[in-house]
Amino acid sequence: MYRILREALRLGKAGEKPPRTQRDPASASPSCFRHSLSIRHVDAGSCNGCELELHALGGPHYGLEQAGFRFTASPRHADVLTVSGPVARHMVAALHDCHNAMPEPRRIIAIGDCACSGGVFRGSYAVMDGVAETLPVDLQIPGCPPNPDALLQGLLRVSGDRAET
Amino acid sequence: MPHCSSMDRDTIMPNPSLRVLATFRHWGTTLPVWSGRLHKDYWPLAAQNIRAQGGRLLALWGEDRRTTEAGYLVHAAFLSETGIVRTEMIVDPTTAAYPSLAAIFPGALRMERALYDLLGIRATGVNDTRPWLRHAAWPADQFPLRTDFSGEGLDIAADRDYTFLPASSPDTHEIPVGPIHAGIIEPGHFRFQVLGEEILRLEERFGYTHKGVERLFQGLDVAGGARLAGRISGDSTVAYAWSYAQAVEQITSTQVPERAQWLRALCLERERLANHLGDLGAIGNDAGLAFALTQFQALKEDLLRENQHYFGHRYLMDRVLPGGVAFDLTAAAIAALQGGGRTLKTAVRRLQEILAEHGGLRDRVVQLGIIPPERAAHLGLMGVAGRASGQAWDLRVQFPHPPYDQLQVQMATATGGDVAARMAVRFQEIFESLRLQEEMLRKLPDGNIYHPLDLQDAVGEGIGWVEGWRGEIFFWLRIEHGQVRRCHPQDPSWTLWPALEEVVLRDIVADFPLINKSFNLSYSGHDL
Repeated sequence: MYRILREALRLGKAGEKPPRTQRDPASASPSCFRHSLSIRHVDAGSCNGCELELHALGGPHYGLEQAGFRFTASPRHADVLTVSGPVARHMVAALHDCHNAMPEPRRIIAIGDCACSGGVFRGSYAVMDGVAETLPVDLQIPGCPPNPDALLQGLLRVSGDRAET
Repeated sequence: MPHCSSMDRDTIMPNPSLRVLATFRHWGTTLPVWSGRLHKDYWPLAAQNIRAQGGRLLALWGEDRRTTEAGYLVHAAFLSETGIVRTEMIVDPTTAAYPSLAAIFPGALRMERALYDLLGIRATGVNDTRPWLRHAAWPADQFPLRTDFSGEGLDIAADRDYTFLPASSPDTHEIPVGPIHAGIIEPGHFRFQVLGEEILRLEERFGYTHKGVERLFQGLDVAGGARLAGRISGDSTVAYAWSYAQAVEQITSTQVPERAQWLRALCLERERLANHLGDLGAIGNDAGLAFALTQFQALKEDLLRENQHYFGHRYLMDRVLPGGVAFDLTAAAIAALQGGGRTLKTAVRRLQEILAEHGGLRDRVVQLGIIPPERAAHLGLMGVAGRASGQAWDLRVQFPHPPYDQLQVQMATATGGDVAARMAVRFQEIFESLRLQEEMLRKLPDGNIYHPLDLQDAVGEGIGWVEGWRGEIFFWLRIEHGQVRRCHPQDPSWTLWPALEEVVLRDIVADFPLINKSFNLSYSGHDL
């Protein structure tokens, strides 16, 4: 126990301070999203690269929960659906089930080049070439994979915030 | 005989007990590959001979050659003590059937089911003819890897028709899990049959992340293929890109500069480090020790940031190219990476001691999810899971390709076969990868990092084989006119997933995430 405490103190605060944000008056996001987003992530055929970055985002360097955001196990609690991968045809039904289980208001973020437009898998018989082919996308975060900073910026935008100037 | 630019026709297979393969020839490559064609009748016999010697199945795939040969080709690659034995067999298009190897190598069953889904040729002698990778995306009478695949009638319907194994007793109940899981992980379905808490049966159902990778490869140029190869399984991007590059370099007889080989190995070891760090933290978390998750995540993030800064990508995607690598390290970068390595080693050592003494964690991981060495041998396990169950096999040790032939890798092994053993192997491998990194940074040879490929009229077959962090990645490639004609990447997960079905039996459902994470197998690399 003592050693765990010592290691925790040694690590201290990792990473940089999260950016100070303020409400973006131009944002159309519901005000109830501000400082409080529950996120349900669905891998719809990603190579697992985007998931690695989502895991990294939850780590001590990024302070996801300081911003009031958290990943949730159930779509019933989720405000935001994040989708990675080009949307494999075999995942479309499950993705729709997940989306239908979410309460309103809700937003959909396409994460990574594949979710935006199919990426390297574009044109395959087995994929949909992006989330927008099957669900209404509110925000695209490109990148292969997009890094945690880009993911956090995207989530802030959907929550109706912008970085303080 | 397969057309290969670098075949040495004078070499005969030295292994007398594989007499059935006497006509097999050695490919004149750095890899020990023996290649040849078998008649259908000898297909199971050759597999039996290899099995009897302690060999195992590496990969099984097929190819539509109806336009150039007498039918389809089924390929298989085995591991024997003399190296890779690569066989092929013609399958008559009128019967479209060939003898199954599933009775000899259990891992062959899913590969053969997948081969039917994609190419429409059926393995005979087995009862299980359910689809494996196909759900409802394409019609059952169409096969994406056939040259005459129309791509019509594609669907997005759910897979409602799959028949899971029936309940073994009226007292059991079923727990269906997935394809979407509670955490941020890849999609797949697990069907548990439980009696109270105890798992009586686990049946896996995959294919949800099937992206048609093998067909996508067809017609790509070599550079496009490299990009796609690095995205078959994002956590193993270096291992895939390197094995693909090996295959291309074999076909084009390219001499990769020594410095590039060393830099590739550096990337591969850093990929191993990143994944082992992440998984050790996640295993701790699944056992309720959030402290481990935070600490290991912090270490992993520091490593990823070094990757971004010195290599140009957090996960090292597109760093390994056919012909060499896409980055170089300055003397300052080398010094910084050496410093980072030392810091990491000290930190991991401290965490290892804390985890070893933590009663709550040990209580969860010791004697959990056991796969004893004899079962591991039967199932042909490799990689981390194999080595944790006494399967002393590591490609970097047994068949070291440059630069591992100059590095003397120390293999990590354990015999317990439980979650604790898989954790122990990962800890050992972290320290060994750090030692290798230190040695490679110290001895990094000078010279070029890239040798241009001569792709004009490049034609032939090549094999790549790399010990990724999970296990060995196998890559077979056929190039014609400088373009990918057909390829087959094989993830170790194909062989390891069936073991997971076995390993959870008699444990409780709540322990499944912990056991699963100790393997951390790939869905994307498996579903292709």
